[in-house]
Amino acid sequence: MLERLRCMLVKEIIQALRDPRMRFILFIIPAVQTVIFGYAVNTDVRNVKTAVYDQDNTPESRDLAARFQRSGYFLITERIGRESRVRELMDRGEVKAILRINRGFGAELGGGRTAPLQIILDGTDSNTAGIVLNYASRITARFNDELRGTQLPRSRGARVFAGGVQLQSRAWFNENLESSNYYVPAVIANIVLIITMLLSSMAVVREKEIGTMEQMIVTPISRSEFILGKTIPFVLIGFIDVAVITAVSKFWFQVPIRGSLLLLFGATALFLMSTLGFGLFISTISTTQQQAMMSSFFFIFPAMLLSGFAFPIENMPRVIQYFTYLNPLRYYLVIIRGIFLKGVGADILWPQMAGLLVLGSVILGFAVKRFRKTLA
Amino acid sequence: MSDLAVTLRDLEKRFGDFVAVNRVSLDVKRGEIFGFLGPNGAGKSTTIRMLCGILQPTAGSGTVAGFDIVRQPEEIKKNIGYMSQKFSLYEDLTVEENIDFYSGIYRIPDAKKKDRKEWVIRMAGLTEHRASKTAILSGGWKQRLALGCAVLHEPPIIFLDEPTSGVDPISRRNFWDLIYHLAGGGVTVFVTTHYMDEAEYCDRLALIYRGELIALGTPAELKTRFMEEEIVEVRCSRPQDAMEIIEAIPGIGHAALFGRTLHVVAQRADESIPAIRESLAAGGFTVDGIERIVPSLEDVFVSLIEARDRETTPQQEFSR
Repeated sequence: MLERLRCMLVKEIIQALRDPRMRFILFIIPAVQTVIFGYAVNTDVRNVKTAVYDQDNTPESRDLAARFQRSGYFLITERIGRESRVRELMDRGEVKAILRINRGFGAELGGGRTAPLQIILDGTDSNTAGIVLNYASRITARFNDELRGTQLPRSRGARVFAGGVQLQSRAWFNENLESSNYYVPAVIANIVLIITMLLSSMAVVREKEIGTMEQMIVTPISRSEFILGKTIPFVLIGFIDVAVITAVSKFWFQVPIRGSLLLLFGATALFLMSTLGFGLFISTISTTQQQAMMSSFFFIFPAMLLSGFAFPIENMPRVIQYFTYLNPLRYYLVIIRGIFLKGVGADILWPQMAGLLVLGSVILGFAVKRFRKTLA
Repeated sequence: MSDLAVTLRDLEKRFGDFVAVNRVSLDVKRGEIFGFLGPNGAGKSTTIRMLCGILQPTAGSGTVAGFDIVRQPEEIKKNIGYMSQKFSLYEDLTVEENIDFYSGIYRIPDAKKKDRKEWVIRMAGLTEHRASKTAILSGGWKQRLALGCAVLHEPPIIFLDEPTSGVDPISRRNFWDLIYHLAGGGVTVFVTTHYMDEAEYCDRLALIYRGELIALGTPAELKTRFMEEEIVEVRCSRPQDAMEIIEAIPGIGHAALFGRTLHVVAQRADESIPAIRESLAAGGFTVDGIERIVPSLEDVFVSLIEARDRETTPQQEFSR
C-alpha cells in the first residue's frame, strides 16, 4: 500500500513541478494575485471628482465648497458657470458629483431661513453613489452644527441649541476600515479553490486523455491508492499557497494576523476536502482536460459570487441565502476573516469548521464512490 | 494451473443494442503467441479489455492464468502485462522515472529492481537516453519502453493491443524479435493486429469479424483448410484493364491487384486457368504467366470476410 502510494506521489509531484510554467502558476501567480487584489479590489471612496456650480458666490457658499474639498473625499476639478455644463459633465462622466448652490444661499442662511443645497450624483455605480452621498450629508451636517453654534447666536443674540447627539463611531477588528484588510486574506480562499479543484480534476483527466488511466487499471494499484496519490500533492500545494498568500498579506499589506496560524491550516485541510472532492467529481464527468476546465469554472463562479467574498450574504434573497449553506467557500471565508482580523479561535469558529467537515465528507465520499464506479 | 493460459466461453459484450463481441469461445495454450486478427472495429480491443479486467463482459465467462475474469480481476492483474497502442507512458517523466514508477506500482522487490530496470533499458535500446524525457523518444523507442514497463514484473501472460500501430517497419521487426524472445522464455503472448505480415509470425490465429470468431487455427491451417476457393496469380500487361475481363469469366469470384500481379479467386483453378489465358489473348493482353498459388493470409482474410458478408447481408436487409 505505502510503496505504491509513495510511487504515485513521487510521480505526481514530478509532473506538477517539472514544468517551469506550472511552478509559476502554482506559486508565483497566487502571490501576484494577492498583490493585485490588495490594490485593485478597493471599495474605499476617496477623491471623488466633483464640480461646483456656485451661483451664489458669497462667503457662506465658498466656505461650504471649501469644506467639501478639505474633507479629502471630494476633489473639486471644475467650477461651473452655466447650467448646460452640468448635463455635459455628467454625460461625459468627467465628474461623479456636482454640488449646486443656488443664488441667495448666503442670504437665506443669514436671514435664519432654510437654504436648499443640491448634490447631483452619478448613480450608475449605486454603491459608490451611496457612500458619496453619506460623506456629503456628514459634511453638510457638520456645517449646520457650526452654523447654529456660531452664526445664529450672533445674529439672534441668543443660543437656540445647547447641544445635540454626537455619534462617536469606532470600528473594531478593522480600525481604519481599510478594504484590503477585508479582501486580501479572502484571496486565500479563492486561490486555494481554483488551484486545488481545477488542477486535481485536470490531473486525473489527463491520465484518461493520454491513456495511462487504462494502464493503471490493468496494474494491481487499488482505487484508494490512486485517489490518494492524485489528491495528496494538491493538499501540499494548497498549504504552500496558503503560506505564500499569508506572507504577502502580512508583510506587504500589513494585514494583521491576530489568530492562530495552526487553526488556519487546520481549517484549510477541512476546506480542501470539499475542493478536492469537487475536483474528483469533475474528473468523473469529463473526458478531456478542456471539459474539466469548463466544468470547474461552472463551479467556481457561483461559489465565489455566493460566498460573501464581495457581496454580503445577508443582502441576498432568502432562497439564495439557504443555497449558500452548500457553498464551502462561505464557511472558509468566515474562518479566514475570523482568524486574521478578529483573532478568534475554534471556540467561536467551530460551527463553520463543522460545516466544512460535513460538506467535505459528503462531497468527497460521493466523488470517490462515483470515481470507483466509472473506472470499473 | 492447467496448460491453458486463457480460455473464453461464449464471451459477449454489448454496448446498448450494439454487439461488440458475439459469443466468442477459444483457448490459448501456455507459451503460445496467439494472434487476434481482424479489421478495425471488429471487437479485438473489446475482447482484450474484458480479459484484462478493464471491461465487464455482458455474458459468458473466461479465465486468465486460471483466474476468473469476472470474479478475480485483481488476481489477474498481478499475472498479466498489458500494453495498448497508446504506449501508456508518462511523457513528462524520464525513461528511468517511468520504469521506477511502474516497478513501484508492481511492487518489484528492491533486490530485483535494479536488474529489471537495466534489463528494460537494454532491451529497449535506451542506454544513452535513460535520463531523457519520454516525450522526445521516437515511436519505436516508446513502444519498446512501454513493453518493458508492461513486463517489468515478469508476468506469465502478456496482452498486446495493436502494439505496432504507428511504428516504422524496422521497429516493428525489432519489436517482434522481442516478442519471440519473451515467448521463448515461456511467456504467453496474446496480441491483436491488423497487419497480415505480423499475423504470419503468430503460432495460432483467431480471425474476428463484426464481433464474431470466423476462423481459428495456425497460419498454415487457415491458408489451406479455411479457403474454399483457389487462388490463381496472373502476370500480364495492363493488369487493371485485365481485371474486368477476368471477373466476367464464369466460375471466377473476383480479382485483386497485388503490386503488378493479379490474384484471382477461382472455384477451380485447373478449369479457370485455360479460360483466363483464352480471354486475355482475345483481348490483346500479353500474358507472362498464370499459375495456381498458395493463398496469402490476406487472400484468406478477404475471402472469409466476403463469404461472411454474403451470408449475413441478405438477412440484415430482410430484418430491416
